Amino acid sequence: MSKTLVEKIWDAHVVKSEEGFPDILYIDTHLIHEVTSPQAFDGLRKRGLPVFRPQQTVATADHNVPTLNQLQPIKEELSRYQVDMLTKNCAEFGIELYGLGHPFQGIVHVIGPELGITLPGKTMVCGDSHTSTHGAFGAIAFGIGTSQVEQVFATQCLLLSKPKTMKIEVNGELGKGVGAKDIILYIISQISAAGGTGYFIEYAGSAIEALSMEARMTICNMSIEMGARGGLIAPDQTTFDYIKGREFAPAGEEWDKALAYWKSLYSDADAKFDSVLTFNAADIAPMITYGTNPGMGMGIQEHIPATNAQPEKEKLSYQKALDYMGFDDDAALIGKPVDYVFIGSCTNSRIEDLREVADFVKDKRKADNVTVWIVPGSKQVEQQAKNEGLDKIFEAAGFQLREPGCSACLGMNEDKIPAGKYCVSTSNRNFEGRQGQNARTLLASPLTAAAAAVTGVITDVRELLTP
Amino acid sequence: MKKFTKLTSAVVPLNIENIDTDQIIPARFLKATTRDGFGENLFRDWRYENDNQPKADFVLNDPTYGGQVLVAGKNFGCGSSREHAAWAIQDAGFDVVISSFFADIFKGNALNNGLLPIQVSEEFLKKIFTAVDNNPRTNLTIDLENQTVTIEGQVLRSGEDLGGAESFEINPYKKSCLINGYDDIDFILAQKDLIEEFEKN
Repeated sequence: MSKTLVEKIWDAHVVKSEEGFPDILYIDTHLIHEVTSPQAFDGLRKRGLPVFRPQQTVATADHNVPTLNQLQPIKEELSRYQVDMLTKNCAEFGIELYGLGHPFQGIVHVIGPELGITLPGKTMVCGDSHTSTHGAFGAIAFGIGTSQVEQVFATQCLLLSKPKTMKIEVNGELGKGVGAKDIILYIISQISAAGGTGYFIEYAGSAIEALSMEARMTICNMSIEMGARGGLIAPDQTTFDYIKGREFAPAGEEWDKALAYWKSLYSDADAKFDSVLTFNAADIAPMITYGTNPGMGMGIQEHIPATNAQPEKEKLSYQKALDYMGFDDDAALIGKPVDYVFIGSCTNSRIEDLREVADFVKDKRKADNVTVWIVPGSKQVEQQAKNEGLDKIFEAAGFQLREPGCSACLGMNEDKIPAGKYCVSTSNRNFEGRQGQNARTLLASPLTAAAAAVTGVITDVRELLTP
Repeated sequence: MKKFTKLTSAVVPLNIENIDTDQIIPARFLKATTRDGFGENLFRDWRYENDNQPKADFVLNDPTYGGQVLVAGKNFGCGSSREHAAWAIQDAGFDVVISSFFADIFKGNALNNGLLPIQVSEEFLKKIFTAVDNNPRTNLTIDLENQTVTIEGQVLRSGEDLGGAESFEINPYKKSCLINGYDDIDFILAQKDLIEEFEKN
């Protein structure tokens, strides 16, 4: 019987399937961090259970960590306690930890791929909704709650009903100055912040196939922003080339064996999806969000849709969002002054993102009214940026290159956007207060963020690119 | 896990769509390492001013409303996977959340904690809001065994009855977990031999 990619991987991991019950799904790799794991470790202690497969579990500290002077004790007491608790728990339960000071430390969704832990055909989970990032490699990867973290600790399995499948095809060529972030913000703006709920999404089509692995990760990362548990892309030569030679990637005979299997991972030509959507890459402009959920996005030259144009029952929530942002109906965003630019997060903090920004800002300088933070996704990304001299370019431009962590994506550390201020951010959520109490977030690509940094206002980056 | 069978209670109406888990419990309150005490920061930034004074116009600060049932607009619980959102709602005294649509991860987290998420139709959700708007003391009865939500009847002068009932879906396994207070770990641990067998292959 023909199967979708999701079905192939899912079926290969079902320990038990019984009518009337969810499947027992085997989990190959469990990633953990300091925020969503302590209560799960506590649960194990209460039940008197060990971690069933500690060697399939990898930990890092990312959500709470400072991005300056990272090796000094964390000043904020509760953050320090939580990070220390992770260290203690990992030692007690025999889990490998890439904590502060370790050359592999970084955002959990950046280090998995760059270390060769993320591989095609795997099932991967983490107590973090952006686990969907790893789907870029053709893996079933999704975020879970803390009770499920405890389940995976205890059994290396989860009880889950098989998800519905959706295929999103993007065909054709992207325009100048338009990238992966614009593709995904465009898709979400078209199908809404709930349009993918209940589905696993497979991204396909010529525009997706043409993307690098890092760009594919940006797309899969934001699957959750339309409600989808996960998103994935069939592995191809781009995938294999990226993985080969990485720290924990298979090598030698193991590589050949793995590669043969990975090449079988695609949706059969006549496989049935529960839903299929098709978009044209040429329709996509550089995107920006104007509201308080990631579905409230538009092409950067467009005007904010009017409240009156919204369905009756949505008007109240829509108006509340515009009020929070301080925007009027039908306003254009081009030329609007910004206060902060944040380039980072599990969506856009990889070396390609930093290279793209550096290439654009070389010989330019940030506007005086803007504070610019660049937060690399990992120690390895930070080191690579320095090896390539990107740090010097950023310094000359007045951009601050900081140390790795989740940082101002969610402001659990000191990196908060002040109340009322506008931040063009390469992160994934523009929810109220996400980047700091009453902070106003405008989601965009690294290029659009860099353009705003240089001009001090919302800018169509295409006008600044050399033809 | 907390058991649930049947409940009759007044409701707290929150007629806003796309309520994300960052609103339910902001990230800065996720630093605790236990499951307790999140209720005091439930909807923190909607509920309190920066100087910690309660915002009078927010429903949780309005003594007119109370009860163990939270009713909210569609796509409730979207965003972050933080289970702290379910813990906060439960810790604030709620046993049931009703919406016309739930985000997947939130729904799973709620069920894993004995907080019952009930998805009703858009029409029925509107009916609940209308009934509560008309009389804030309107009771809802949630019967898990029979999978029904009933709005207490109230006949207007026009003769219109604001009451009504609707049935809801729930996975039969999850239903039995709630009724009996079992959790997934109890269930999976009983299959450990199968898991080890699976690993060998």
